[in-house]
Amino acid sequence: MAHSARRDAPELPDFSLLKRLARDQLIYLLEQLPGKKDLFIEADLMSPLDRIANVTMLKQHDVDKLYKVENTPIFSTCDQICFLIRPRIQTVKWIADTVNADKAAGKFRKYKIIFTPQKFYACETVLEEQGIYGDVSTDEWAFYLLPLDDDIISLELPEFFRDNFLEGDQRWVTTGGSALHLLHSLFGPFSKVYGIGRCAKMVYESWREQVEESEQKAQKSEIGNVFLIDRDVDFVTPLCSQVVYEGLVDDIFRIKCGCVEFGPDVTTADKSMKVMLNSQDKVFSEIRNEHFSNVFGFLSQKARNLQTAYDRRGMDIKQMRTFVSEELKGLKQEHRLLSLHIGASESMMKKKTKQDFQELLKTEHSLLEGFDIRECITYIEEHINRQVSMIDSLRLLCLLSLTENGLLPKDYRSLKTQYLQSYGIEHLLTFANLRQLGLLVEQQPGDALTAMESKVGKLVNDKTAEKLTGAFSSLAKKSNFRALSKKLALVPKTGEEYDLRVPRDMAYVFSGAYIPLSCKLIEQVLERDGWTGLEEVTRMLNGNEFVVTASHSGADARFKTDSQRIILVMFLGGCSYSEISALRFLGREKGYKFIVLTTAIINSARLMEAMLDNHV
Amino acid sequence: DDSEWRLWFPVLLDRKVELYEMGWSLKDGLRDCHVAAAPYGGPIDFRKPCIRCPLTTFSPIWGPQWKSGVVKQLGWTVGDDLLCVQEDGTVLVYDLFGSFKRHFSMGNELVQSHVLEAKVFHSPYGTGIALLSGTFRFILATNIEDLKLRRLPEVPGLQGAPSCWAVLSQDRQSKVLLAAGPDLYMLDTTACTPVIPPGLTPQASSIVHMAVSFSYKYLAFFTDSGHVWMGSANLKDKLGEVETKMKTPPKQMAWCRRPKGQQPSVVVMWEKNLLVAGQCQETIQYPFVDSVLVPEMDGVRIISGSHHELLQEVPAACEEIFKIASMAPGALLLEANREYEKESQKADEYLREIKEQDLLGEAVKQCVEAAGYEHEPETQKMLLRAASFGKCFLSNFRPELFVHMCRDLRVLNAVRDYTVGIPLTLPQYPFMRRYVDPQKRVCKLLVHRKLYPLAFEICRYLKTPEYQGVSRVLKHWACCKVQQKEEADEVIARAISVKLGETAGISYSDIAAKAYECGRTELAIKLLEFEPRSGEQVPLLLKMKRSQLALSKAIESGDTDLVYTVVTYLKNEMNRGDFFMTLRNQPVALSLYRQFCKHQEPETLKDLFNQDDDHQELGNFYVRASYQEGKLETRVSLLQSAVDEYNKAKNEFAAKATEEEIRLLRFQRRVEEEKGERVLGCSLHDTLHCLLTLGLHKQAEQLYKDFRVPDKRYWWLKLTALAEKEDWEELEKFAKSKKSPIGYLPFVEVCVKHLNKYEAKKYVSKVTPEQKVKAHLAVGDLEGAAEAAIERRSEGEVSLVLSRCSATTDRTIVDRLNRARAAAAKK
Repeated sequence: MAHSARRDAPELPDFSLLKRLARDQLIYLLEQLPGKKDLFIEADLMSPLDRIANVTMLKQHDVDKLYKVENTPIFSTCDQICFLIRPRIQTVKWIADTVNADKAAGKFRKYKIIFTPQKFYACETVLEEQGIYGDVSTDEWAFYLLPLDDDIISLELPEFFRDNFLEGDQRWVTTGGSALHLLHSLFGPFSKVYGIGRCAKMVYESWREQVEESEQKAQKSEIGNVFLIDRDVDFVTPLCSQVVYEGLVDDIFRIKCGCVEFGPDVTTADKSMKVMLNSQDKVFSEIRNEHFSNVFGFLSQKARNLQTAYDRRGMDIKQMRTFVSEELKGLKQEHRLLSLHIGASESMMKKKTKQDFQELLKTEHSLLEGFDIRECITYIEEHINRQVSMIDSLRLLCLLSLTENGLLPKDYRSLKTQYLQSYGIEHLLTFANLRQLGLLVEQQPGDALTAMESKVGKLVNDKTAEKLTGAFSSLAKKSNFRALSKKLALVPKTGEEYDLRVPRDMAYVFSGAYIPLSCKLIEQVLERDGWTGLEEVTRMLNGNEFVVTASHSGADARFKTDSQRIILVMFLGGCSYSEISALRFLGREKGYKFIVLTTAIINSARLMEAMLDNHV
Repeated sequence: DDSEWRLWFPVLLDRKVELYEMGWSLKDGLRDCHVAAAPYGGPIDFRKPCIRCPLTTFSPIWGPQWKSGVVKQLGWTVGDDLLCVQEDGTVLVYDLFGSFKRHFSMGNELVQSHVLEAKVFHSPYGTGIALLSGTFRFILATNIEDLKLRRLPEVPGLQGAPSCWAVLSQDRQSKVLLAAGPDLYMLDTTACTPVIPPGLTPQASSIVHMAVSFSYKYLAFFTDSGHVWMGSANLKDKLGEVETKMKTPPKQMAWCRRPKGQQPSVVVMWEKNLLVAGQCQETIQYPFVDSVLVPEMDGVRIISGSHHELLQEVPAACEEIFKIASMAPGALLLEANREYEKESQKADEYLREIKEQDLLGEAVKQCVEAAGYEHEPETQKMLLRAASFGKCFLSNFRPELFVHMCRDLRVLNAVRDYTVGIPLTLPQYPFMRRYVDPQKRVCKLLVHRKLYPLAFEICRYLKTPEYQGVSRVLKHWACCKVQQKEEADEVIARAISVKLGETAGISYSDIAAKAYECGRTELAIKLLEFEPRSGEQVPLLLKMKRSQLALSKAIESGDTDLVYTVVTYLKNEMNRGDFFMTLRNQPVALSLYRQFCKHQEPETLKDLFNQDDDHQELGNFYVRASYQEGKLETRVSLLQSAVDEYNKAKNEFAAKATEEEIRLLRFQRRVEEEKGERVLGCSLHDTLHCLLTLGLHKQAEQLYKDFRVPDKRYWWLKLTALAEKEDWEELEKFAKSKKSPIGYLPFVEVCVKHLNKYEAKKYVSKVTPEQKVKAHLAVGDLEGAAEAAIERRSEGEVSLVLSRCSATTDRTIVDRLNRARAAAAKK
């Protein structure tokens, strides 16, 4: 069922090189501290580390015991301790406490902190303030990029989103620039860079600077174009319920670093099982991008085929031997995977075909279309009142606000009050965060402005309009979803049948109800080779769009080489599996290959959880 | 010119090349002078007691009057700095132009015990100093740039100064070899080991002088019996021994050998005598005036008051070509070219002779190689012309050798020029410093000598990338320029910007830093304006106390680490009020600092919000603080502060919500006290749920009224709580108490959820017509569902019911539904 790709689709570069580089550097760093040592690893680095190195490898380089950083006193007898951490102030503070406790107890050890992907001055200040700067040595492990699959690379920095967009802390901008620089130096040069968003612009600048500072080697370009996009350009897409298989697995079971843990209800054994989900899994790779409603049918067809493959009556001995030695193993593997995915689909079916999921989807679709808003609000109210799910209620509230350009003051107050009654006053802070990001806001009395603005935009030329929007920037946190949706035809006309088995556009990832805004923008910009003609759209998205053509590659830009059709899309603040599926679809349609580079894989739950205050 | 050679015996062949006639004279010659010369044709320093006068070979630079203590030893570092080791253990460092750079001490004990002797040595680890103290202990520092003093172990029984000693570099460490009377000891950091040179003549009773080769591979001893012993530095092999018939200890002794050379030899020097001793038992003597020997990697430089000469083993290629009556292919080619230039047909004969032996390639190679070893440009040209001539008759000779040699020689000739005075030889050229590109190194040498135009030209000639070549030269020029005190800031800044322009890789901030170092702050600021990368300007701006400017430049750079550096700096420099005011105008810096405070100094965060009158954030701050607090009273008072702040922020909603929370907390406290149930900290919903499941209906009712809980929520809550308790009786009463605001379908569903279909059925009849089908289906009553669906004539609901029917067991219902559907279709 996997859609046949266009025959001229270019080959993707081999990103396993990134893993090797990271591994070699880690080994080098570990060897800088010769002799036996205990290694403390930050909890959320465990999985990424697992993807590139194993325990045996660590043991080979004199790592004695492995611990998770847990912010509790340590019990280690080793006289050398190595910490492998993210550059976070809390963790550094914990290390400082540990070292100071050792000192007080008269224990003398060697300490080394390896920050990844880089260290921040703020962390070193903490070491200094706690008086242990001289007691520890620090290093950087430039593990910027983890390839999760052939076409997905992750920075594995979930905090990027909150730090950058909510706290206004730009510390990760250079990290983004360095990540891009690494890809550029290995697979570039890039000939064209498109982007939208403030952070995208800064990352671009940071990357540019690093390119200028380093020596350039002439090499064959494997990635031609780059598209940088800020998460806050499109909040609607990641907030929708995912219905494509891979996205749904992420929503329900939570995929961690390309790996999912299926519980006993899926494995039909008494143990849960960890499964890698990537293109290596032949069954998964065929269903990952499919709408969920097709998956079950496909799997049962597959099961029947497998049955026939097993059934080899009438073979002579020789045939039997080749079958057993060559094919059987593959079949068995396929069998195992198939039964797992069938188990997973069954479990999802149970959860998702229930009445309430259908109603939830219906509400989401109404919100996207802008119909029956009153009914939607009633539904959300009930959702809150019945304490269905803290995160889901919050998500629906945000979706309502985004699609409606804010809530009416009356609704805003009453929904928030009800939410606080259900989940407690600490969510005052959550609401403050959501408001700051423009995710959940009150309609401004001056909302007539929008209408006026768009009229002005039509009447006068764009420069004046830009000035005008600039002047109203205090009110700029508007989502303008309805207008954008109309302009870009994001919501297909209702009433038309949408055959999910034969998708006709990217809307299939949301049951044909909505084309992801982020992906639509990418499609439009690639089609127009820039932002020309999208002026009104970018204005509604608060501008900050750019397109830069590298000066040196003027010659090869004229004819479309393979690398020109390989497009690296960098999501700053994370992207969802549905967006990846949509881009894969777009790639197949237009003969592109997309590589998704994201700061982390997100879904609605992760996005909402990032908005909660740390202490909840 | 053959006259400068001496041919001894078939094996030992040395030559002396006059490098320079000194462009200066000292009144008393070199008597009573300390002389130090750096390797690789480096500068020479002469020092008479109390006068310092470092000099390059040609143009002397006279230093100021020497005012410091007694100098024991002079030496040059690999970076062309002059070291003066004083009697009290202080080492003074001067640059090439005699300006003082810094000083350091080789240990406090030396102030008392004094330095007896000192040696400056070079190893792959840098420039080191070894010295012998008055208490006869050795102190060693392998690299003065990273000073680590090591006191070597005591030598047993050493009563006086050793007769001679040397520093060796072996097994990655520096060691001292010393001779005390008849004994020889090797000292390393851990031990003192007696050693015996193999095959030392029994006539010798003590070693009076020793010399280590440039590469630390060979060692030579001069014994009291007048023998010169030569051997490997590890004292395992003996190369040879020569009797000099001189009993007086020599003034200086040095190895004279070249890499891959055939004949390592030792040069021994006395007051009026110079002797070369080779492996072959024979010696050669040169007429001689009082001089100093400087060992080089491929020979020995001899410096006297008036001359500067190089003594070296004749390179094989030169020997082959210039040996009298040589028939080597190179010699024949040279001859052929001479004849060709004379337009004589003999040229052809010579050429034929070489070609017949098929040695033309070899001949060209020899000529090119020999040219490299020659110092006279005329001789070089002659040899290269011959090579070029020979090349014409070869079809497959690779041109690189010739081209590179011409290029290298042009550079070497330029730096050897007497106005520059760096007598670098070709073998030294690529070896000047390990791992560093020789071209870069030459440029550096020239730049150190302030010979900017020549360095500039060489860079251009060698086509060194701008970034590494021209830019560096220009930067050094500019750094030198800013020190010219007599010129005005304006003039200098303009001159620099005109000359440097947009040259790649120029760092204006480095130049500005230099200007600031020289006390020219205004000039520094002017220069910084030329710096395109704002991040580069920050450190200097901070140093110059232009912190506000530094902060905005740091933000411009987009580097948060840099912003943070400035913020920390400002925090320590300014008073709190000013600091906060500064941050207020820089949102990027402010949010960065807030992040830091959140983890490190929450109280500062509060002050920050206070300063900004940011009541909303202050309110949030108190709310956050309240739920980290355990004690109810503190919690309430924190929330009360939050209410005040929210009111100030005109956020009525938050103020009201917080007030309600206070009320709720008090209510919960009462419940806890009265009923002993833990509800403190729960949300309103959870509290209600808890009360209802506990059967505390009165309290629940009160809460419902006090907090104006919406009816719908209350009904849902009560419904689920009663069902959970399986209190069906109470549930039925509740259902009948008044009309349900949530309808009766939830009653059906909740009962089913708790597996009580019997109770569920009670509510089916109460459900609104629209939900009838759903209700019947929920309790599993297909017939009822079918009836309702048909009654409502709803196509969708009919199909819904159909989808739940099984074809076998529910035959009649299926038929009925199908009939109804068909009937509907007809209409």
